Amino acid sequence: MNAAPLALGQPTLRIDGLKVRYDTGRGGIGRRAIDGVSIAAVREVSLQVSAGESLAIVGESGSGKSQVFLAALGLLASNARIGGSVRFDGEELLGMPAAALNRIRGSKLSMVFQDPMTSLTPHVRIGVQLAEVRVHHADATWREAERGALDMLERVGVPDARRRMRAYPHELSGGMRQRVMIAMSLMCEPRLVIADEPTSALDVTVQAQILSLLRDIRAQLGTSIALISHDLGVVAGIAERIVVMYAGRVVESAPARRLLSAPRHPYTSLLIQCAPSLHDARLDRMPCLMGQPPNPAEPEIGCAFAPRCPRATDLCRELRPPLTGIDELSQVACHHPLAP
Amino acid sequence: MTATLWRGTVQRLRANPAAVAALAVIALLVVLALAAPVLNPNSIETLDWSQVATAPGLVHAHWFGTDRLGRDLFVRTFEGARTSMAVGLVAGAVSLTLGLGFGTIAGYLGGRADYLMMRIIEIVSGLPLVFFVIFLTVILGRSSYVLYTSLVAVSWLTMARIVRGQTLSIRRREFIEAAVASGGSPAHVIMRHIVPNVLGPVAVYATLMVPQIILFESFLSFLGLGTQEPHASLGTLVAEGAGELEAAPWILLAPGIFLALLLIALNVLGDGLRDAFDVREAG
Repeated sequence: MNAAPLALGQPTLRIDGLKVRYDTGRGGIGRRAIDGVSIAAVREVSLQVSAGESLAIVGESGSGKSQVFLAALGLLASNARIGGSVRFDGEELLGMPAAALNRIRGSKLSMVFQDPMTSLTPHVRIGVQLAEVRVHHADATWREAERGALDMLERVGVPDARRRMRAYPHELSGGMRQRVMIAMSLMCEPRLVIADEPTSALDVTVQAQILSLLRDIRAQLGTSIALISHDLGVVAGIAERIVVMYAGRVVESAPARRLLSAPRHPYTSLLIQCAPSLHDARLDRMPCLMGQPPNPAEPEIGCAFAPRCPRATDLCRELRPPLTGIDELSQVACHHPLAP
Repeated sequence: MTATLWRGTVQRLRANPAAVAALAVIALLVVLALAAPVLNPNSIETLDWSQVATAPGLVHAHWFGTDRLGRDLFVRTFEGARTSMAVGLVAGAVSLTLGLGFGTIAGYLGGRADYLMMRIIEIVSGLPLVFFVIFLTVILGRSSYVLYTSLVAVSWLTMARIVRGQTLSIRRREFIEAAVASGGSPAHVIMRHIVPNVLGPVAVYATLMVPQIILFESFLSFLGLGTQEPHASLGTLVAEGAGELEAAPWILLAPGIFLALLLIALNVLGDGLRDAFDVREAG
């Protein structure tokens, strides 16, 4: 149905027709699925992260943006049913045996989680946690790996890194811990770092520091970055390309500058209008997107955004618009796209 | 790596005066129990007909007095202490290891494996203990192995349940997910990230389990399935002393005080261990 993902340069991660469903209502051994509900977390997503690219995936909670990447890493709950294909450097990740997947996860393909407060093991010193990744994946000795860890901590801007190596996670602030998480994701010189809302748990000034760190890392190491966020403002400064997701599908994909200045999909446009601006101080009320996203347990008829869309027509309510290319750099899934 | 965890734990334990005192008491009791045969030449089974049920004193050879058969209570108390401590230590350690392994694996794997493993626990705990011990005694003959096996068979079940509960409470925490996302195998995640984080509550339960095992052993001995005369355990000595409480309270006193001291010290130590296993207590 959907167009092939935009191919821009060599693919690092290529996702084709990925579907994720959850069947609920099933219990332990011997119990039948009674009144089981099937929830479509990801209806169908195709996208590509090219070598050295920084891509942002934006969407509301429940749009399936995290699910896409958790599926790629094999981190979904056991009741998930996954379809489609995820290829990393040409290798199919879906259905790969755990041992082979463990060689890729954390070394060539790593992840930075949302909450740095809880993502570090509490009883192990920072330096050891960092070094362990390299010992595990690169067969380095502890001495080499600890030198590498110190180097990486300095690189991500942890002051007094030598002393911090001996600290426990609870002795560091949230921003410092997120720097440690980023350092950890970089220990084995990965091809792609997936950052799942890396700044949502941090305050605004620290958020800006972490984003500029991610930008620097991409410039210095040439690592691809996939940034998952619900905040267009966060991704505006760092992403080259933005993919907007709604209800488990990609609705628009375009170069960041273009997407922010001239969105084609009504949803993208409304998202941008929702961001409060400092320049327009005479706001009586916060602009917001009325209505609710569709229930993922219900079958999909027509465009998922139609009930909330100011431009919706009868056509939208009956026929789902396919994701079609506008030019070689952008795609949109809308019957009535906004004028550029 | 793991060595640093242990070093930190030992440091924190040493900073806790109550735990250090408890450790000192336990060490003293162990040394006393081991040195008793050297200190006093009496044998555990010699009957001294001239000194039946004598009160404690330093004027005669029986410092803790004698029981109603004229056997020396000093050597018998420490003989019983050795038996009880050995039972508690060995059965406790085996139960701990079994429970820790079984519980973390069940809790971490979840789903059907967990379901199956927990049903096994329920089936085993449904077996009546006494039947179990008699059954083993008939097959294997009476020996200390049977005693240990039956004690372990009972006490590891609760340990496994507690460990599984603790594992469930942390397996969905983000640092576990992060460890999996970094390419850690299940064995690595369990050994490195789950076991150290459940050790705190497990340490407390382990120190509560040892007294339970000691008491259980005395119950079995009372039924004639555990320690047999002329050998003694603290449990059998206390039971014997309780029967003579009005006429000869000292028969209860010596093993009773030893047992109480040991159990209190173990509990205080367990409390200290829980704090020591938590790196955030370092301050």
